[in-house]
Amino acid sequence: MRYLPHSDADRQAMLAAIGVGSIDDLFADIPKDLRVHGLDLPKAAGEMSVERTLGRLSARNVAASSVPFFVGAGAYKHHVPATVDHLIQRSEFLTSYTPYQPEITQGTLQVLFEFQTQIAHLTGMEVANASMYDGSTATVEAVLMAHRLTKRKKAVLSGGLHPHYRAVVESLSPMAGDTVLSLPADPNATEDILASIDADTSCVVVQSPSVYGHLIDLAPIAAKAHEVGALLIAVFTEVVSLGLIEPPGAQGADIVVGEGQSIGNALSFGGPYVGLFATRLKFVRQMPGRLCGETVDAEGRRGFVLTLSTREQHIRRDKATSNICTNSGLCALAFTIHMTLLGQTGLARLARVNHANAVKLAESLSKVPGVTLLNDSFFNEFTIRLPGNAADIVEKLVAKGVLAGVPVSRLEPGKAELADLLIVASTEVNTDDDRAAFVAALSEVLA
Amino acid sequence: MSMNSQGRPTVAATAATSDLPDTFTGNRALQIEEALLFEVGRHDVTGVDLDEPADFTPRLGRLARQQPIDLPGLSEPETMRHYVRLSQKNYSIDSGLYPLGSCTMKHNPRLNEKMARLPGIGDVHPLQPLSTVGGAVELMAELGRWLLEMTGMTSVALSPKAGAHGELCGMMAIKAAIAAKGETRNIVLVPESAHGTNPATAALIGFKVVTVPARPDGTVAPEAVKALLSPDVAAIMLTNPNTCGLFERDVVEIAAAIHAAGAYFYCDGANFNAIVGKAKVGDLGVDAMHINLHKTFSTPHGGGGPGAGPVVLSERLAAFAPLPFVRAGADGPVLVESEEALLPGETPFGRMTAFHGQMGMFVRALSYMLSHGSDGVQQASEDAVLNANYVRAGLRDLMSQPSGDRTCMHEVLFDDTFLEGTGVSTLDFAKAMIDEGYHPMTMYFPLVVHGAMLIEPTESESKASLDLFIATLRDLVMKAKAGERERFQQAPRHAPRRRLDETRAARSPKLKWEKPEPWTEVAAAE
Repeated sequence: MRYLPHSDADRQAMLAAIGVGSIDDLFADIPKDLRVHGLDLPKAAGEMSVERTLGRLSARNVAASSVPFFVGAGAYKHHVPATVDHLIQRSEFLTSYTPYQPEITQGTLQVLFEFQTQIAHLTGMEVANASMYDGSTATVEAVLMAHRLTKRKKAVLSGGLHPHYRAVVESLSPMAGDTVLSLPADPNATEDILASIDADTSCVVVQSPSVYGHLIDLAPIAAKAHEVGALLIAVFTEVVSLGLIEPPGAQGADIVVGEGQSIGNALSFGGPYVGLFATRLKFVRQMPGRLCGETVDAEGRRGFVLTLSTREQHIRRDKATSNICTNSGLCALAFTIHMTLLGQTGLARLARVNHANAVKLAESLSKVPGVTLLNDSFFNEFTIRLPGNAADIVEKLVAKGVLAGVPVSRLEPGKAELADLLIVASTEVNTDDDRAAFVAALSEVLA
Repeated sequence: MSMNSQGRPTVAATAATSDLPDTFTGNRALQIEEALLFEVGRHDVTGVDLDEPADFTPRLGRLARQQPIDLPGLSEPETMRHYVRLSQKNYSIDSGLYPLGSCTMKHNPRLNEKMARLPGIGDVHPLQPLSTVGGAVELMAELGRWLLEMTGMTSVALSPKAGAHGELCGMMAIKAAIAAKGETRNIVLVPESAHGTNPATAALIGFKVVTVPARPDGTVAPEAVKALLSPDVAAIMLTNPNTCGLFERDVVEIAAAIHAAGAYFYCDGANFNAIVGKAKVGDLGVDAMHINLHKTFSTPHGGGGPGAGPVVLSERLAAFAPLPFVRAGADGPVLVESEEALLPGETPFGRMTAFHGQMGMFVRALSYMLSHGSDGVQQASEDAVLNANYVRAGLRDLMSQPSGDRTCMHEVLFDDTFLEGTGVSTLDFAKAMIDEGYHPMTMYFPLVVHGAMLIEPTESESKASLDLFIATLRDLVMKAKAGERERFQQAPRHAPRRRLDETRAARSPKLKWEKPEPWTEVAAAE
């Protein structure tokens, strides 16, 4: 087996040095009747064989780059510069552990410090952590943090929150002692969330752009929340939007969480992604996840360490702010490198290209007979009403070689009033030809 | 004494002798100092060429950004150099032995990286029509098949994103199962030697944590568990092999007692690497166990993540597996994403994450499994245990083991008795390893052992590599005993940084870069 260095002679010599007769002697603590003798699985395979097996599975999927592609709703197809994938595969980043030994992990630590600074600036917040698993898990951690900060238990979730994010909160928060008030799905952005905020509310969770693409003015929600002593948790799933729209921090958010996949990271069928988490400095000791901080070494040189660890599970055990240990280090690295390449100049332009492409697509689709655009405002994603079941129409469009978007029924099954809605995303990867192909295919399917 | 994040002392007691280089740049040949992005980047520079879009009417409502983002950029060559230089300040498994006990730092095959980047894997969206991702769902089913055969369990929840997330998933399933029976059990038993994530997870979802005392050798006695059992006990969380590197030999009796009391057995699978192909946790009475794909199945640690923590479940818990899950169907595996798609008897407790889990890690782990095969995974476990015992045999006369010299599993535990009277602490000893070119072992964990040093060499190390490692540690022990205290307390002297002041970092946190005053940005090159 190519990954195992020992020859049989090595093994024999080592057993002799240990002073046992056979390898079985080293497993003597496992009761004899529990020992396994062979697994019902294939035998070892060489590289070519493994490549063939996995290549066959890969070939049965339609890659986003191979078709006109408009699927979003929480994960987005963007172009990642070649430099990013090269750098994250460097041995020293890829095969390093969590930087608990700062003298020999300054590379990872400085990257995390740069990452935290980038996220703080993007979101308009004072402090960001060194990443979470993904946007959905960051959201539920924010709800639990609000519970700790306000000593209240009621979380109010907007109907514009991604339904999967809502489900993650609804699964964990009640087990942690919270009550969750989820407002009905809000495809038209008409909900009156202010009416649900009261003196028992710990936090209000609002996504902007919403899962249906609407840009939500957070300022009045923040004002109402603060009036009654609650916190505003602002959520985003498309971080590129922050290049063009007012950051949540400037609108009064207390905790900002989101998905960072769009910058630097592949779609990968849903993971690994990178959760972003930022808040006010005064809340930092209730923040979950790892934090990197600046300090000096014994010779006075600047260096970085993981810090404020007394919040964390390996110190506080059952009193920790969260059970989180692993983060998304390598995905955060990819994010940081891509964001460094972009800079604010490149990010703003990337955001304008995304917005322009979505505007053009929305205008074209609106002209298809029977199609209605639901959004007044949007960034790179919007919702249309189709004259029929959206999932069926998407399937017909697959046959025409177009991946058209996410039927709302995929996220909100069993709700007849939502069955004709389709969430459509358009990013910088879409060309005029892609849009034309979509519009033509949809016109044919609806004809 | 100041303590750092691991509960260990930080800066050396004596003042460090300066080893600062006498070069103009502060560099030391290949070790090059690198400023922060915010000090070298410029706001009008970008390393990405994109055409400005043609005229269009924005649809941003009143929410267009008012202030610039304040993020500098770098050109492509500058970006490359910046991050290459940073990378050179990191230790990695590709550059040397990484003996972190309980972390399983084994070789990361590059074939797995290549497979994760196949277009039908890396470039597939989680919400594409299911008709366009049949291969991805099949891959998940295949990974599940391997995990179930290796563990002897009934079903698997693939979606948890890391080990601690898997623990949470398992404990949520247990909480749901208890609620489904109309019970209100609220106590979880956790041995002293457990990872911090165990009690943190149990407490997160409202369980009260009760500590189980360990035997002197760190294992758990059935009597200790039985003494704590009551109708209020929901579960025990046990690591097996445990964090002292020992197989819990009474695990079956403990499981039987737990089950007889109506409670569940959660097994922390962090140390699964020792027993793959040697024992099945299903046979041990386990009800739920997470599997760290980034440990046992070699997906890269990436400087702290991402991980992946699928959870295998027994028949008693299988019905509670969260959405989404893969169900075997007559026409192949089916991805079940919503309650509307459930069959009778399927009662998921909810959802752990937005999508289907860490697909990028699934494919790497499956690539690892296919490469090893049933014979290879067993050989890997045997070699991992062989290597740990070889290190033990090479050091047993000089270093002290907390419960005497006995066979260990995949990791060997020493305490600091052998350093008594030398003035050298476990931390000092570990930092001296850095100067010798090694990453330190896990220190001060498990908490049940004084000055613990937990060494897990993994199966990836050759005999020659282990011989040099053993010789190095023997030399260090001799130097400590010979009174060379300075060497240890000053260590590391040759790393990119000397010991860092962790107290200062925590007392006045600087968690992002701030402009010093006055600040003048370097003008962009034309």
